[in-house]
Amino acid sequence: MKQQINLPLKNLKGKPVRSAMLLLLTVLLSFVILAGSLTVSSLRTGLSSLQSRLGADIMVVPYEATTKSSLENIVLQGNTGYFYMDSKRCEKILNCEGIGQASTQFFLATASSGCCSLPVQIIGFDPATDFTVQPWIRRSYGEALQKYDIVVGHDLNAFVGDTLKFYGTECRVAAKLDQTGTSFDTTVFTNAETIKALIRSSLDLNMNDFQNIDPEKVVSCVLINVADGYSVEEVMNDINIHVKKVKAVRTKEMISGISESLRGISDITGLLIGGIWLFGLLILFLMFTMSVNERKKEFAVLRVMGASRRMLSAVVMKEALLIGLAGGLTGTELGLLTLLPFHSLLESQLELPFLLPDALHIILIAAAGAAITVGVSALAASAAAYRLIRTDTALILRGEN
Amino acid sequence: MILRAEKTVKEFMRENRQAGTNCFCAVQETDLTLESGTLTVVTGRSGSGKSTLLNMLCGLSQPTRGRVLLEDADIYALSDAALSRLRNEKFGVIPQGQTALHSLTVIENALLPFYLYHESPDISYAEELLEMLGIAALRNVKPAELSGGELRRMSIARALVRKPPFIFADEPTGDLDDENTQAVFRFLREAADRGAAAMVVTHEQGIEKYADRLFRMDAGVLHEA
Repeated sequence: MKQQINLPLKNLKGKPVRSAMLLLLTVLLSFVILAGSLTVSSLRTGLSSLQSRLGADIMVVPYEATTKSSLENIVLQGNTGYFYMDSKRCEKILNCEGIGQASTQFFLATASSGCCSLPVQIIGFDPATDFTVQPWIRRSYGEALQKYDIVVGHDLNAFVGDTLKFYGTECRVAAKLDQTGTSFDTTVFTNAETIKALIRSSLDLNMNDFQNIDPEKVVSCVLINVADGYSVEEVMNDINIHVKKVKAVRTKEMISGISESLRGISDITGLLIGGIWLFGLLILFLMFTMSVNERKKEFAVLRVMGASRRMLSAVVMKEALLIGLAGGLTGTELGLLTLLPFHSLLESQLELPFLLPDALHIILIAAAGAAITVGVSALAASAAAYRLIRTDTALILRGEN
Repeated sequence: MILRAEKTVKEFMRENRQAGTNCFCAVQETDLTLESGTLTVVTGRSGSGKSTLLNMLCGLSQPTRGRVLLEDADIYALSDAALSRLRNEKFGVIPQGQTALHSLTVIENALLPFYLYHESPDISYAEELLEMLGIAALRNVKPAELSGGELRRMSIARALVRKPPFIFADEPTGDLDDENTQAVFRFLREAADRGAAAMVVTHEQGIEKYADRLFRMDAGVLHEA
C-alpha cells in the first residue's frame, strides 16, 4: 500500500479517453507552434544568410541581364545562366564617384551532357579584389585557390579531393562550403583564372551561347560597396547615368521579392498558428470545464474531507499542467522528428532560402513551444478551477448546483 | 469536546420569474449542542432544513446569522485553509448520496483524509474499519464495481478513519435495505459509545432506539422530541 497517492495523476488515469483527447489536443498545439516557428525562423535565417552572401551594396550587370530577368533567377533562385559585358565598361564603372570596394565576377553554367560532371552554376571571382566570396570560403578553406581548384556548395554531390570535369576540363575540389540555405548551396566557386579557362573550353566545344567573346576581355558583373560619405542611391544613379548598357542594381532590392514572400509566409503562418491556438484554447477551456463539471461532486467530497479551496484548485491545475507538459513535450518531439529530416523537401516546395537555425536556437524554440503549451493548458484550466472554488459545496452535495 | 450552534439562521435567495428575488429561510434561529459520547438524531421531511443545519455545523455552509462554536471559538471566523484543516481533523462527514472518488480504490478512498495533507495513513485502522463494515474483501476494488450499500459503507469508513471527535451523517441509510440500515445505525451508536459526538440527519423510522437526543425539524424550526 502506497504511503501517498498522486490524486491528479490518478484522476487522469481514471478517465483514459478524456485524458487522451486532452493530450492529443496539446500535442497538436505544441506541434503547430514548433513547426510554424521553426519554418518562419528557417526562412529568416535563410534570408539573412543570402544577404550576407551577396555582401555588396550594388551589383552592376549588363543591361540585357536585367531585362531577361535572368539575374535574380541566377543569383537567388538557383537557376543556371550567364551573361557578359565588355571589361572596358568596368573601367568606366570604377571611375564613377563613391566607389569604395569593387570586384568583378564571372558566370558560367555547365551542361548536363557528357562534357560536364554536374549541371551547375559556376561563379568566378577575382582573388585580388574580391570581398564577398573569399571571406566565406576562408571558413572552409584557408589557402588561396590554384588554377583548376574549385570550391563546391554544400548540397552538391562532390567532396574534397574529387575531380570534376567541366567542358572537358578537370577541376579539383579544394573545399566544400557550409550550408547557406540558398542557391549558393548548389553553386561552384573558383578564381578568375580558372573560370576564364572554363569559358574558353566551352567556346572551343561550341557550347557557349556567346560565341564572339574573349574570356580575357569580359566580365559578368561588378560588385560594389559604396565609399563612406556616399549613399547607395547616389552611386547607383551615377553608374546608370554615366555608363552605357549596364544596370546597377541595389542588392537589397534583389532580395526584396524574397523578403515580400517571406513576410507573406510569416503572416499566413502566424495567422494559422494564431487561429489553431485560439481554437485549441477554446476546446481546452471547454474540455477542462466539462471535466470539472462532471466531477463536481467528487470535488465537493474532497472539500468535505477537508480540502481547502486552494487545494481543489491545485488538483485541477496539476491535472492541466501534467497534460500540458506531456502534450507539449510529445508535440515538440514530433515536430522536430518531422521537420528536421524533411527540411530539404520543405525548402524545395517553398522555393525560398531556407536554413535551419543553429542547435541552440532550435532547442530554444522547442522549449518555448512546450512551455507555451503548458502555460495555455494552465490558462484554460484556471477558469474551470476559479469557478469550482466559488461553488457552494453544500449545494453541490444536495444536487442543486 | 463541545460543538454548539448558537442562534444560527440560514437564508437563501431564490429567483422567481413572477415575484422576482425573494428570501427563503431554510433554518430559523436554532440552538443545538453536540457533546462527546452522544448520538444526536434529527428527523424531518425532505426540505425541512435538517441537511442545511448539519452543513452549518460541520463547517460546510456559513450561517446567514448566528455562530457555530467549537470550544467557544467561532469556526466560521477561521480562514478557509484553517477551517478546511479543522474539518479534516475533527469532523468526519458522511455526505448524502454516492460520494466515492472513482479513480481511487476502496482503501484509497477510505484513506483520502490522510492523503489530502500528505500524512502517513493509518492503514491498519482503515482495514479494521473495512472489516467491521464487511467490505474488507473489496479493499482494492474501484467504486464502479460496488453496490449502493457497499459504497455507503466505504464512505462511513472514510469519515471515521481519522477517529474524529465529531461525526456527521446526512441520510446515511438513504439507499440501504433494512438489514444494512440497522447495521449502519449500530455502527454510529458504537462510534458515539467510543466517545465521538455523532449527529445523524435522517427521515428513516426506527432510529429512536439508538439516539441519545432526538430532534424533529419542521419548516426550518428544530423541536426536541
